This record gives sequence, structure tokens and C-alpha cells, in this order.
Amino acid sequence: MLKIKNLHAGIENKKILKGINLEIKPGEVHAIMGPNGSGKSTLASVITGKEDFEVTRGQILFDGTDLDDMAPEERAHLGIFLSFQYPVEIPGVTVTNFMKTAINETRKAQGLEEMPANQMLKLIREKAELLEIDRKFLSRSLNEGFSGGEKKRNEIFQMAMLQPKLAILDETDSGLDIDALRVVANGVNRLKNEQNAFLVITHYQRLLDYIVPDVVHVMHDGKIVKSGDKELALELEEKGYDWIKQEAVL
Amino acid sequence: MDLKEKLLSSFMAFENQVDLDHPIHEMRSEALKNFETKGFPHRKMEAWKYTSLAGLQQVDFSIFPKEDNNLEYREVKPYFLHEIDTYKIVFVDGVYSSYLSETTHDGVDICLMSAALSKPMYRPIIDVYFNKVASREDSLTSLNTAFTKEGAYIYIPKNKAPRKPVEILHFSTGNEAALMVQPRNLIIVEENAELQVIERHQSLTSNEVLTNCVTEIFAAKNAIVDYYKVQNDMPGASLIDNTYIDQKDNSQVSVHTFSFGGKLTRNNLNFYQDGEHINSILKGVTILGEKQHVDHHTLVHHQQPNCESHQDYKGIYGSRSTGVFNGKIIVDKIAQKTNAFQQNNNLLISDQAEVNTKPQLEIFADDVRCSHGCTIGQLDEEAQFYLRSRGIPEKEASALLMYAFANNVLESVRIQEVKARINKLIAKKLGVNIGFNL
Ligand SMILES: Nc1ncnc2c1ncn2[C@@H]1O[C@H](COP(=O)(O)OP(=O)(O)OP(=O)(O)O)[C@@H](O)[C@H]1O
Ligand SMILES: [Mg+2]
Repeated sequence: MLKIKNLHAGIENKKILKGINLEIKPGEVHAIMGPNGSGKSTLASVITGKEDFEVTRGQILFDGTDLDDMAPEERAHLGIFLSFQYPVEIPGVTVTNFMKTAINETRKAQGLEEMPANQMLKLIREKAELLEIDRKFLSRSLNEGFSGGEKKRNEIFQMAMLQPKLAILDETDSGLDIDALRVVANGVNRLKNEQNAFLVITHYQRLLDYIVPDVVHVMHDGKIVKSGDKELALELEEKGYDWIKQEAVL
Repeated sequence: MDLKEKLLSSFMAFENQVDLDHPIHEMRSEALKNFETKGFPHRKMEAWKYTSLAGLQQVDFSIFPKEDNNLEYREVKPYFLHEIDTYKIVFVDGVYSSYLSETTHDGVDICLMSAALSKPMYRPIIDVYFNKVASREDSLTSLNTAFTKEGAYIYIPKNKAPRKPVEILHFSTGNEAALMVQPRNLIIVEENAELQVIERHQSLTSNEVLTNCVTEIFAAKNAIVDYYKVQNDMPGASLIDNTYIDQKDNSQVSVHTFSFGGKLTRNNLNFYQDGEHINSILKGVTILGEKQHVDHHTLVHHQQPNCESHQDYKGIYGSRSTGVFNGKIIVDKIAQKTNAFQQNNNLLISDQAEVNTKPQLEIFADDVRCSHGCTIGQLDEEAQFYLRSRGIPEKEASALLMYAFANNVLESVRIQEVKARINKLIAKKLGVNIGFNL
């Protein structure tokens, strides 16, 4: 589904990603761990098409299509979704209206009719229930005044609404209390199937107890320096990153 | 011959059309003298620093349009608030159109200035109110006073409220290459009475039109008035709007100004609070493109204690458009416990657009709460990326953010259909087709 080949990217003259290779197949869950500043969020932004970053070398293929030069919305229309590490507050746009617009714009791009209002309402209600989101929440301005945990839960709600093929979750677990973590993880697991895939960026093994990864990658200084199975996450939790960094130097 | 000379020399011809024995004619003559002395305002004057009328004065405007410029309802239907029933006072090229209008004398008077000036039964009211709150100093107001002949006349007696809102519409047919009109409106809302007005100036072609309009509104004790100005005119149309509002105890008057169109628009909106526990509300949404220019000059004069004023103007300027917001608040020494709030926020969405914003506070009382703030900014790129990453295309994402920016000004619009109409105009102005929430 996603194939990243020797990806180099940066901002202005700063090199951030320095040769990423990654392949994710339908039905898989990949986790990326790694120290602060190693480039995890940058990778997520580059995949979703943030224009601030410049790709200097390499390629990102999604279902065989080269994403180079594609706008963020076009990537979204292909089925790529990012749960933001820091969701943006947008006063004046309610969660419901935002979702209606997002879904109908996506449908428009796919040559479909707008979703009928009653069907939209039903979908919203169903997904809000799945993520145990209060109805009142949906008529509030997007992320404005939401607590850290509420923002993250709202990201996953949006994911559930849009049903992407590839969902990138950038530290969705940070800021969530234990119960919320369970709700969010449960939401993710309910959406998981053989056709879609997840790329989960996290600092904590805890999330991976709920969302079990097929592959765990460790990122350091813009490169994936180690990949393994879910045991690797446990090992990192225990030993930290130093030994990886040293291995990377060798 | 420039416009000033032309106007002055037309006055004699104008006098042939009106009743010279009516007491207001003396006011006309005085006003003409004031205009003659002062002339058009120019950019050396502080209040006109950013708005030039020089170009307009070179245009050869007709002062007296032909009287028979008729319009079919279907030609102009879109400009009416046709979703709901309304009273209508309609003018075509400055001339009353009885065919397009729906007036009433049933308990309230919703009719014409010319009728109010010609019938003796209105004389006592004209004597008390006409030209009493409008400035006698301002040269353009004087120019309008001098040529007072036609406009809307609304009188709502004590404890009354008309069954439906009133639309005041001014159409220009474009049958004249360039036309100047000077409507004069007088609106009196007595104690405990209520009124809602929607006003629109609409030119039907790209021919040049200059409107110099004066509206006087008197809100007596406990009166409630909501006034909506829809300014979405053609690129050849310029508007100088002078609105003067006199408020008595416990009255509430709101004016919403939606400026989306026209070539040059100057809004002089003046509130005089002459009583206690008054609330004055001034709201504006301005969305401009091309080389459009809008200048909002507001004045709220707090003359008595325990009153409030709320101003909230939002502007979005694209292309090479320019905007001005100048908000003056005067709090007299005796006007203790005044609560005056003023906010002006602007988004510049093009490098060449320009906005000048200036609060002007003159506060002579010591126990007051006055807050004001102005901002000029750009669209938030992070927010744009966030929306786009959810599949909302760039243009629509920007539009949604701009709409959200202006949105809270619409919350106080109390006629749902007006709100819906404004939402549509905003979507159209932003060039998108998304279903904004109403
Ligand atoms: N817009 C930007 N301008 C300049 N530098 C940037 C920008 N965005 C990211 N960087 C730099 O790129 C590097 C990688 O940042 P990134 O946010 O991808 O790290 P991360 O792995 O997600 O870290 P964390 O675990 O703290 O979230 C950092 O050194 C960061 O300062
Ligand atoms: Mg990060």
C-alpha cells in the first residue's frame, strides 16, 4: 500500500529525513518509535503532503501512485489520514460542519453525490458512540478549548468518519488517560481490517499493548535504524535509545 | 463643469419640483449654503485621509433621472428577501416605484418621504424629527438635506410593531450613463415599539452610480430597532451612507453592515445616546476583492450614564482592495458606568490589499469600562493544512477559515432569512460552493 524509497526531506537548508525506506501492506500495523526530534512527525507531514517540507530525494508511492506534487487534499482523497500530534484549534467551525464538509468534498473528488443529511447524521452518531464522544461536543468549535485528551479522541473520531486506507497516528496516545486510551485503541481496532493499514508513532509501549503492531521501527536522526517485531518495543521501553544510537553509529 | 458646480447650478431646477412653502425648505437652502462653502471632503481632512472622492467628482452624473424607468419584478426578484413576506419601499433610479412596493398605513406608517412632506397630517412629526439628528456641519449630509425630496418614511407609534420587516430597496437601471441619487430616510420608532429594516442599494448594470444617502433613526424609550445594510453592489456603484441614530432610555438599536461589493463605499454610522440604559450595537462584515474600497467611520457618543455599546467589525481583503475602520467613542463626563466595547479584526489575503484601522477614544468620565482591539493578520497556514489533510481543497479550506473568522458577527442577526442570504453572499464572494451552517 505504502512504499517509501530512500526518502530525503528537509526544511529550508535543514536536512531532517535522511534516507527512509518503509513498506506497509494492507492489513498491517507498523509502529515507529524514536527519540525526540528524530523526524517522526516530519515523516508523517511529508507523507500527508505538508508543503513546508521539501523532498530532495527518493519517492513515496501509495497504491503504486507517486505522491510527488500531490496536494494534501488529493492525498486525503486517496485515503491517507493523519491524526495530528498537535491538532489545530479552529474557532468558528463546528466539529459537525467540519466533518460534513470533509466528507462531502472527498465524495465530490471521487465523483460521488453529497451524502444525504440523514445518513450523515446517522454516521456521526454511530462514530461518536464508538468513541464515547458526547453529542454536545460535536457542536463546539473544532478543537477550541478542548483538553489534550479530547483533541486526540476527536482526531480518532475524524478517522472513524473518513475511514481512510492508511491512518498515521502521531502520538495519539500522549495526553490520554488510561480509560481514554482504551476507548481510542478500541476504536482503532474496530476500524482495522484486511484492506487498511496503520502507522502508529509513539513513545510508549503501553499503546502497543492495545494496538498490536506487526512491525516496530526505530527512527534516529532521520533514518530508520532498526526494525523488528513487537518485542523490540518492549526492549526499548526497558533499555532506552542509547544502545540503538550506538549501534547506529557503528 | 465639476460635480459641485453642477449640483449647485441644478438647485434652481430642483426647487421647481418641491414645495417651497414647506418649513423644511429653509433647511434645504441653509444646507446648500453649507455645502457650497465646504464642498466635497478631500484627503487633506483627517476623516477622509484614506478615501478619495476626487475621481467621482470628474464623472458627468445626471442629477435628475427620467421618471419612467420601470422594472419588472422578475428582473429584480433576487434582490428582494423573497423567502419571507416583507413591506417594501422601492425606488428605481431614485424615483418611487409603487408597482414594486408594498407600503402600509395600517396602525403604522411605512411609506414615502415625498408623501410625508406633502401631507399636512405628517407636518407635526416632520417638524419634530426631520434633520434633527443629522449633522448640519457635514458637507455631504448637507448636500443630501439640500436635495431632500424622496426616500423612506417610517413611523411606528407607541407599543406597535409592524407584522413583518421592511425592505428599502434602491435600484439603478443603468438607463443613464451615470446617475447620482440622494435618498433621504426618516425612521421614528416610538416608546416600546419595534422595527426591523433591510436596506439595499443595487445597480443593475456596470454603469456609474453615486448614492449619497442620509438616514435618520429615532428610537424612543424601550424601542428596539434592527437595521441591516446589504452592500453588494456592481463595480460601477459608489455609496456614501450617512446614518444618524438618536436613542432614548432603555432603547436598543443594532446596525449590521455587510459590505461585499461596489467600487467605493463610505459608511458614516453615528449613534447618539440620549438617555440611560441604552444599548447600541454596531456590527460589520466586509469582504472585498479587486480594487474595491470600503471605509467604515463609526461614532458612538455616550452622553448619559449606564449605557453600553458593542462594536465588532470583521474585514477580509483580497486582491488590491482597501479598507478603513475608524471607530470613535466619546464618553461625556456625566456618562459614568459606560460600557463601550470595540473590536476590529482584519485578514489580508493578498500582498496588495491594504487596511487602515484606528480606534479613537475620547473619554471624559472616570468610571467606565472601555475595551478596544484591532488586529491585522493572514490566514493561519497550520489550520489550512489541517483542513486540507481532511480532504477539503485549498480554496474551500481558505473559505471555511474566512467564514469562521467572520462568523460571530452573524450570530446577532435576528432574521433567519437575512442570515441565510448573507451566508450565500459570503459563499459567492469567496467563490466556493460549500454548505455553510446557517
Ligand atoms: N517547521 C520546521 N522548521 C524547522 N525545523 C523543523 C521544523 N519541523 C521540524 N523541524 C526539526 O526537524 C527535526 C525533527 O522534528 P520532528 O517534529 O519530525 O521530530 P519528532 O521525531 O516527531 O519528535 P517528537 O518525538 O518530539 O515529536 C527537529 O530537529 C525539529 O526541530
Ligand atoms: Mg513528533
